[in-house]
Amino acid sequence: MDVVKRYFRSPAAVIGLVLLLIVVVMAISAGWLYPREPLALAGRPLIWPFSNPRFLLGTDNSGRDIAAQIFYGARISLLIGGAATAIAIAIGVLIGAFAGFYGGFIDNVLMRITEAFQTLPNFVLLLVLVAVFGSTLTTVTIAVGVVSWPAPARLTRAEFLSLRNREFVQAGRTLGMRDIQLILGEILPNALPPVIVYASVVMAVAILLESALAFLHLSDPNVASWGNLIGLGRDVLRVQWYVSAIPGIAILVTVLAVSLVGQGLNDALNPRLKGR
Amino acid sequence: MSEPSAAILSLERLGVRLPPGADRSHALSDVSLSIAANEILCIVGESGSGKSIMANAIMRLLPSGVSIDSGRVMFEGRDLATASTAEMRSVRGAGIAMIFQEPMTALNPLRTIGDQIGEMFSIHTGLSGAAIRTKVLALLEDVRIPDPKSAARAYPHELSGGQRQRAMIAMALALDPRILIADEPTTALDVTTQAQILALVRDLQKRKKTAVVFITHDFGVVAEIADRVAVMQQGSIVEQGDAASVLGDPQHSYTKQLIAAVPPLTSPPRRALSDETILTIDNVSKTYRTGGFLGRGVRVTPAVRDVSLKLPRGATLGIVGESGSGKSTLARCIVRLIDPDIGSIVLDGKDWAKMTREDVRRETRHIQMVFQDPFASLNPRRKAGDLVAQGPIVHGTPPAKALAEAKELFELVGLDPSAIDRFPHEFSGGQRQRIGLARALALRPSVLVADEAVSALDVSVQAQVLKLLAGLRQRLGLSIVFITHDLRVAAQICDLVAVMKDGEVVEQGLAGDVFGRPRHPYTQALLESIPGGDFARRREARSLA
Repeated sequence: MDVVKRYFRSPAAVIGLVLLLIVVVMAISAGWLYPREPLALAGRPLIWPFSNPRFLLGTDNSGRDIAAQIFYGARISLLIGGAATAIAIAIGVLIGAFAGFYGGFIDNVLMRITEAFQTLPNFVLLLVLVAVFGSTLTTVTIAVGVVSWPAPARLTRAEFLSLRNREFVQAGRTLGMRDIQLILGEILPNALPPVIVYASVVMAVAILLESALAFLHLSDPNVASWGNLIGLGRDVLRVQWYVSAIPGIAILVTVLAVSLVGQGLNDALNPRLKGR
Repeated sequence: MSEPSAAILSLERLGVRLPPGADRSHALSDVSLSIAANEILCIVGESGSGKSIMANAIMRLLPSGVSIDSGRVMFEGRDLATASTAEMRSVRGAGIAMIFQEPMTALNPLRTIGDQIGEMFSIHTGLSGAAIRTKVLALLEDVRIPDPKSAARAYPHELSGGQRQRAMIAMALALDPRILIADEPTTALDVTTQAQILALVRDLQKRKKTAVVFITHDFGVVAEIADRVAVMQQGSIVEQGDAASVLGDPQHSYTKQLIAAVPPLTSPPRRALSDETILTIDNVSKTYRTGGFLGRGVRVTPAVRDVSLKLPRGATLGIVGESGSGKSTLARCIVRLIDPDIGSIVLDGKDWAKMTREDVRRETRHIQMVFQDPFASLNPRRKAGDLVAQGPIVHGTPPAKALAEAKELFELVGLDPSAIDRFPHEFSGGQRQRIGLARALALRPSVLVADEAVSALDVSVQAQVLKLLAGLRQRLGLSIVFITHDLRVAAQICDLVAVMKDGEVVEQGLAGDVFGRPRHPYTQALLESIPGGDFARRREARSLA
């Protein structure tokens, strides 16, 4: 409960949470506010925002409602952000925990694999994966997760290295616990706080990665995503700049919100670091 | 005893406020005391009594959120409580110097010792580089560091703990301060080193006529060094006066209690020991190898060398030694947290040294361990009850039954059974150590290995935990391997004692014999070095008379 109290003491963290909640509400209410298919033609193309009350944020080059796409896009961004982060953290924690707990040969093998992933720029790796496996929503999400795990793995490994020789872990060993009980029951709960904080960074990066893919027309074209909209707007950027700018602002706000929440969590979970 | 002279530092009704939410509103309240030139004033108290805060308040080095809110600190006609930061800078180091408990963290690891001592001169004086170097060497000679020239060129990690503390003292005395504040300067040191440092402080104080404020929790140290004593409890001074009168005839009940808790040197009467041996340690060795590539440049550290010991059923075997003697490695070999290289450890007919990891895991309930640090040895994210119930659950007891047993164990170790839902941080150090004990006992072991189990506790708490341990030994028929660096603690609880030095057992036998008639020169040196030994012996003689 202390954690919650400390979290709400920071105005930045509260603003982040409010922004994130707004995005979540947008995602939830999309189907209710815009019952029609967001990618269906709705009116004349390239209507400027605030000029037609039917299309509050205007229409894109094909005459689709930008507001509807923004609302539905929130779903995609949150879905990709959440699912890809879960995949990245799961792989990262698994590999980091084993490497850090066992050390020696296992650590060496796992860390060389991690380094192999880290030496490739992750966007290039993502392009390769999408090129090979296609660009449906599922493959894009998995691909984003698969390129994001090395950093959480290193973080988890570092935590495990410092925790595995603590007296309470040794105590667990003398009680006769199995390695898996030590890893999951004793060390992991103590290693998680920094990993949870880092998850917010992974999530922000995942949202950006998907948008970057979509900007290059390499993401799933059959869903209304913010990145797709920016990619469309590229063709009319000089005159109808709002087609790219509006989803751009949505991405900015979402990534900012996630980062602020992450920073707030960090301060709340590590109160002693604050004020430095 | 020094001549009574005018006070050079006096605290007048000093109050230091703690931030809201702390366990009390004031770290210090209404503290008045004074120190004259050429005397050693010992401030004694248990952890949390405010003695370190007082030292920091005099130096105006209080942590943020903690501040002086009443009273004065008079030094050379100035009130330090209201002095400006610039004034304080000229007082610190030159007027009042300070040495700390852990010299390793108080010294800058990236700069040489000579450099750091020389800094005192370059900050406060205009001496030339060559003059500073001569002064530094003279200082290092003063504190009797072996080979001062190379010590000046050494980095902190290249010196031993005692040498580092000597270097700290040299640095503190560089500008001939009028007052030296020493905050537990010997607590982190081995007993033989501690004796040397105490003698050094005494000697330097006499020669330089510095006033010394010596903060300690150990009445043995007080008896060794103090001219005057002030006893602190909960931020107030409950008693002060001449060392002889406070130690010999304490007035306040808290002082009496603290002095009574100082362990006596002699062992309690001998108990009959069983003929049956429960644990036999035979020729155990453990060597650490680090670094090196393809067999070259390997650093070999023999931690335990050819140790053979026997533990009779129901007895307590003390393993005493200074840091680096290999006693903790031996303890960890016994419970197989570390695999010994050779030798056998036979418990109930089974050789633990040769069991597979899986067998050790299954048999581990026969031999359990209590750890040193009551803060690090309990998983902070588990409730106290879970911690105690964990062991039986791992070995197949249903959780509900294990929790019920945990309640009984809480009662057994003197904790409130309703406290099983609390987290470790809600308990005090002594209570946590009781939880650790309950956790070890939950598996009903026949042998308990206690690794420095009371070393991190205040003396009064230490006495309680030792009493509990002795009681449990009787009631549960436990056999105990008790590892400690503190001979006074070992003397109280052990039937048998083995003294370790550099990985080897140099002397072993009945506790009464080893402490009463030590044969090995190292054992004799250890016993000689116990602070306040004469005081303890006098006190015993008096209580016998």
